Amino acid sequence: MIRIDSVTKRYPDGTVAVDRLSLEIPDRSITVLVGPSGCGKTTTLRMINRMVEPSEGTILLDGEDIQRQPVTTLRRSMGYVIQNAGLFQHRTIVDNIATVPRMLGWGKQKARARAAELMERVGLDAALAKRYPYQLSGGQQQRVGVARALAADPPVLLMDEPFSAVDPVVRKGLQDELLRIQDELGKTIVFVTHDIDEAIKLGTMVAVMRTGGHLAQYAPPAELLSGPADAFVEDFLGGDRGIRRLSFFPSARLELTSDPVIPLDATAEQIAAPDAPYLLVTDADGRPLGWSAPRDLVAGDIRPERLLSHGRPFVPGTDSLRVALDCAVLSPTGWAVAVDTGGRVTGVVSQATIGEAIRSAHAAGRDDEKVAG
Amino acid sequence: MNVLNFVNAFFSDSAHWQGYDGIPARLGEHVRYTLEALALAAAIGLPVGLVTGHYGRGGNALSLVATAGRALPSFGLLVLMTTLLGFGMLPVMIPLVVLAVPPILVTTYEAMRSVDPSPVDAARGMGMHESRILFQVELPVALPLILSGLRSAAIQIVSTATIAAYVSLGGLGRYIVDGLYQRNYEKVVGGATLVAVLALVTLALFWAAARAAVSPGVRRS
Amino acid sequence: MNGFLHDFFDIPSDLQHSWIGLVGLHLREALLPVAAGLLLALPIAQLCIRFRWLYPPVLGITTVLYAVPSLAFFVVLINYTGQTELTVMIPLAVYSLVVLVPAIVDGVRSVPQETLSAATAMGFGPLRRYFQVQLPIAVPAIIAGLRVATVSSISLVSVGMLIGNQGALGNLLHDAQIYNRPELTWNSVITTALLAILVDALLVLVRVLLTPWMPSGTAGRKQAPALKDAAR
Repeated sequence: MIRIDSVTKRYPDGTVAVDRLSLEIPDRSITVLVGPSGCGKTTTLRMINRMVEPSEGTILLDGEDIQRQPVTTLRRSMGYVIQNAGLFQHRTIVDNIATVPRMLGWGKQKARARAAELMERVGLDAALAKRYPYQLSGGQQQRVGVARALAADPPVLLMDEPFSAVDPVVRKGLQDELLRIQDELGKTIVFVTHDIDEAIKLGTMVAVMRTGGHLAQYAPPAELLSGPADAFVEDFLGGDRGIRRLSFFPSARLELTSDPVIPLDATAEQIAAPDAPYLLVTDADGRPLGWSAPRDLVAGDIRPERLLSHGRPFVPGTDSLRVALDCAVLSPTGWAVAVDTGGRVTGVVSQATIGEAIRSAHAAGRDDEKVAG
Repeated sequence: MNVLNFVNAFFSDSAHWQGYDGIPARLGEHVRYTLEALALAAAIGLPVGLVTGHYGRGGNALSLVATAGRALPSFGLLVLMTTLLGFGMLPVMIPLVVLAVPPILVTTYEAMRSVDPSPVDAARGMGMHESRILFQVELPVALPLILSGLRSAAIQIVSTATIAAYVSLGGLGRYIVDGLYQRNYEKVVGGATLVAVLALVTLALFWAAARAAVSPGVRRS
Repeated sequence: MNGFLHDFFDIPSDLQHSWIGLVGLHLREALLPVAAGLLLALPIAQLCIRFRWLYPPVLGITTVLYAVPSLAFFVVLINYTGQTELTVMIPLAVYSLVVLVPAIVDGVRSVPQETLSAATAMGFGPLRRYFQVQLPIAVPAIIAGLRVATVSSISLVSVGMLIGNQGALGNLLHDAQIYNRPELTWNSVITTALLAILVDALLVLVRVLLTPWMPSGTAGRKQAPALKDAAR
């Protein structure tokens, strides 16, 4: 565990970048430092690997003061990823990744083999190994940066706005990749960003910092969204945080009904039986084709092209309540379609039912908070 | 007679190809002066430029030194040094080194300063020692510019080493100074041609050195 | 001391000039070529910018010209222009040209593309854009080139002494030897160096006046305190 204990960073000109900050960073999880520019989040990160020395206070790594080991030894035990990757343009990709192992005295062959393994782990084509950084896209370069930081298998990974210089689509890919890698490797990651959405997506714990180096709130993302500590945090989280909080509730417990679901070859009775304003027609494999009012359907002559779009379906086991609600809102009938991972319809759910689930989820959340408090 | 006739006459005279005043001997002397002066200037300019550039300090002091160095007239300095030190290599080396240090110093400093700071930051964060950052991260990227500084210093030395002849030393300047006093333009033009060719060869050598020493990752980006 | 100072400024009569006269002559021989070089360099540089393919060969030719030693240049020219000032000034103009063309090309090219597009979008014609946007932004680079050209020009004039005393302050070097008066050598070197430094400082001043938008203290960009901290 990394423990930051009332740390202050004051520069000779008098500016205070970080002000008596205390933070406990749990092992094997992603802790995100987020805040506007000038809030001291990067300074805090750089104090952990002593790129910046604190003016006051101590930082403990597994109970030991980080000042007590040589600075290069400390840094080599922590991966470091920065914005724009900071690759060495005169070295090939494989040699970039092998940098730290080589510094630690590994043989060239072993270091390169390790580099090749990491390229695969971060999703880089092995054909890129002999290329130079300028031949790679921004997203690829950032993957190399992550691979390079992981090369010596350090227990701690420090990431300073690693994804802010790439476009939103690539950024989303990199974020998903990081979550996947973290699932496999379980590193202690400290991640700095100014993007609150990124913080909420990636963080197990999120530390919101405010200008002047003060900690505004330190909480898991769902808690942050439900109970911002003050007006600053609330403002920083932005609007629709209620909706965004739904991302943290699973949709698995939604009560689905398959009554209004009928096959393409439905009989007149099947069409007439359900007491529903709309029916969902599925194909022979059970995949959704579209919605229709019962009176517009003729048994034996249901034409898929005349049906209303079924919208985007959700997968109850994987998707959150937010996705389910989104599907219902976007559906022309106000009903969301649930499918299994194979795309077969498992049922439908109305906006009203989802609303009911949200209310009970909130109530459960409040109970949890009471217990925790 | 035009210049080309002079050149032709100079190079086809077999007397110009042998003895202590022959082309091989004078060329050898000229190359020796150039290499010695360049080595001395590099020994001063490179370390100072690399270290100040790495730490990003002393830029103002450097530009003052460079301006002062450039302001000293080479020819006047040569005559002055000869008056002070008598005839010999030292009074020739001093103005040549004074001439060559500013371009080496300033370009090396600028080259180091223009290196993208983010790889340096990454290297430091990985736990690289400062000396290793200088030589393995910054220097390879700064190399093309540093070589261009050395190149312009070398060209200036080649061209200016001709004045050594004025204080009775050898080198290709002999042909120019002697030719001037003997009103022998054939000799002057021949000497000038040799100096220009030597300068071109120097250019070519630096081009080849850059090809060989600069990483393709730096050259192409 | 007074005796030394007296000797120091006692210029032999064969030079036909007082010390101040020599300084004036020296500046004339050094600065006129730089001005001529600048006048020639501007259109050549503009052509190199307009037609990109032109730049590499122009750069090659100028580098070769730069490699011709000044003394050789002077001597060859005697055949055509005699032992005159012009013989000294032509090579100096060529050297200035050689230094200035790349300086101007790089300076003008360093103007960001967005700035140019913005100017065009606001309705600047090509000529207006060149004089009101490109040239002013390139001023620092051009003046950097002018500084190198001027200082080396001032230094090189002295060599003109070798071709029939056309070296202005350099002629003192000759007289110092004939009359065995070493203080004249000192005078030549110190005066020339001071002239160069003075003109250089003047050019810096011009740059500061012409580019009020540049942050002062140009040497060394300000580093983030965090970066400095890590460099320890």
